[in-house]
Amino acid sequence: MAEAISKTPLLEVKGLKQYFRINRNFTVRAVDGVDFVIYPGETYGLVGESGSGKSTIGRSLIRLYQPTGGKILFDGIDISGRMNRADQTRLRMEMQMIFQDPMACLNPRKKVEDIIALGLDIHHLADSREARHEAVREILDKVGLAPEHANRYPHQFSGGQRQRVGIARALIMNPKLIIADECISALDVSIQAQVVNLMRDLQQETGTAYLFIAHDLSMVKYISDRIGVLHLGHMVETGSTQEIFDNPVHPYTRSLLSAIPHPNPRTEKKRIAQAYDYRTENIDYKTGTQHHFGGTHYVLGTDEEITHWANGDRH
Amino acid sequence: MDEKNRKKVLEMRNLSISFTTNAGLVNAIRGVNLDVYQGETLAIVGESGSGKSVTAKAIMGILDKNSVVNSGTILFRYRREDGSEVESDLAKMDKKDFRKHINGKRIAMVFQDPMTSLDPTMTVGRQIMEGMIWHFHTPHSEAKARAIALLEEVGIPEPKRRMKQYPHQLSGGMRQRVVIAIALACNPELLICDEPTTALDVTIQAKILELIQRIQKERGISIIYITHDLGVVAKVADYVNVMYAGKIVEKGTIDEIFFDPRHPYTWGLLSAMPDLDTRDERLYTIPGSPPNLLRPVPGDAFAPRNIYALNIDERAEPPMFQISNTHCASTWLLDPRAPQVDMPAELKARIERMKKEGV
Repeated sequence: MAEAISKTPLLEVKGLKQYFRINRNFTVRAVDGVDFVIYPGETYGLVGESGSGKSTIGRSLIRLYQPTGGKILFDGIDISGRMNRADQTRLRMEMQMIFQDPMACLNPRKKVEDIIALGLDIHHLADSREARHEAVREILDKVGLAPEHANRYPHQFSGGQRQRVGIARALIMNPKLIIADECISALDVSIQAQVVNLMRDLQQETGTAYLFIAHDLSMVKYISDRIGVLHLGHMVETGSTQEIFDNPVHPYTRSLLSAIPHPNPRTEKKRIAQAYDYRTENIDYKTGTQHHFGGTHYVLGTDEEITHWANGDRH
Repeated sequence: MDEKNRKKVLEMRNLSISFTTNAGLVNAIRGVNLDVYQGETLAIVGESGSGKSVTAKAIMGILDKNSVVNSGTILFRYRREDGSEVESDLAKMDKKDFRKHINGKRIAMVFQDPMTSLDPTMTVGRQIMEGMIWHFHTPHSEAKARAIALLEEVGIPEPKRRMKQYPHQLSGGMRQRVVIAIALACNPELLICDEPTTALDVTIQAKILELIQRIQKERGISIIYITHDLGVVAKVADYVNVMYAGKIVEKGTIDEIFFDPRHPYTWGLLSAMPDLDTRDERLYTIPGSPPNLLRPVPGDAFAPRNIYALNIDERAEPPMFQISNTHCASTWLLDPRAPQVDMPAELKARIERMKKEGV
């Protein structure tokens, strides 16, 4: 999908900070200065362990949180500070989210048709009852559900079908960017593949960009064009999928990659995953700067660290 | 792995379990045969709803109240304290004996979510000591010393300080280590791990798997490992049983399952694994969904999703066809009268590639 990438980014994040003040003496720095860009029609994968701030980034972007600092440019408009009404409406129509738990994010007391059409109702996009009905029917067909499913309640669906409803709800607004926050982690492996395939097909059809947040690197590799690796609220490495997988530089990225179990008993039995502890390696993310490694590949670190890692010191 | 010296620890024969629900009787397990040998790891693989967890719960005697054991035996061989060897049928044992002789003492279990399987109101130390004091009346000081040693064994730094902490003070990976320490506290003969790493991050998953591998090597216990992740299976298992719709459809050594799979469902599972080396446009998925076990399943349960299905699949259930001493599969494709069907070409290519990597 590299040819689909044009030069002007759809989303530009510069130095995004998201702090949570717990009390007078303690503030959680969930996201501490993160930069990245997403181009129209591409998939950007965010990976990292739990607590690295990947979900927080997604929620700050769609303004479920008030960002503490930094700038977010979405399609030319600044959405990081206070927004006027028109910008707010535009953001809420053009950026959509798919959540992790398909049961928890659907209102159990509403029929699927009303869940999916809620966005249309709020923004007055359907002129008549028929138009609304037609829009829902069309979108259900797109995500592989039958029209009669519109009259059912969420509990009458299986996990994979529920996630399809979640995707339909996001797609009906024709968004430019969909934030998929761990949208496949709660599903069974065989269903995961179905949902990932569906998301890829829909992207080819509609040209939507995805911010794909996950901790499962093997799925991220399949769906993403570019990947950002997060650790403790810092973007430690970012680049195209190939750059990250073929030439990981940061030790944290390497340990993440080495932790994926390979489905090959002969190699897997003997393999030991690389450990990574930023404390024992004396890495302070705050002192590091982004270093360019060709293409879109950037690594966070001080000058000495970067030369140390790049010179093939694979621990 | 000498055939003669292998000692059978657990032998499950023709186990069949149903659940009574509002909608009717669900036949969750339909005639499962399973063998676990001493010092070996058996992995049970399958989709959710295939009955892997029910099988494990039956062995532990912690089935839900609405369950009915229709038929079958679970023979478990163990040594009593006086050294005499006993064999008992877990399927018929009553609850009191189960708690007294089996649970925690000889068969221990590691559950999926370490937050819900630990008691939030008890310190880590007390939870580890509980089993020893209950089963063996170990004096408190001795139990404490052993608990500290166990915490050290499962790789928790500063075990003395951790003893006094509560589960919520530990991270997810540390909690799962504590659960493993609790399971090992009474030196069980058999450890059942029910998706122990699904709730954890990949980096922590790798460490927990290495821990389980190491413990098995050191202690020589048998492990039943339940998972749906074939990558995990590749790392830990000696033997693999593939389960589908309450039946075991293929069993064999790890090499036989990964390099010479015979059942179309196993082909599907292996093809659906996202492979880090290939970049195909689409991920392979097995079409359709598992059968509803509320209704009786005629013939081969996998037939509606199987592109290689034969006519007979709809009428008669396939028997287990023996392929080698350790390898058997239940599909009519292995019948001598069946047409010659090979595994999908892409899978074949991938297996060839894996074989080369391994050398």
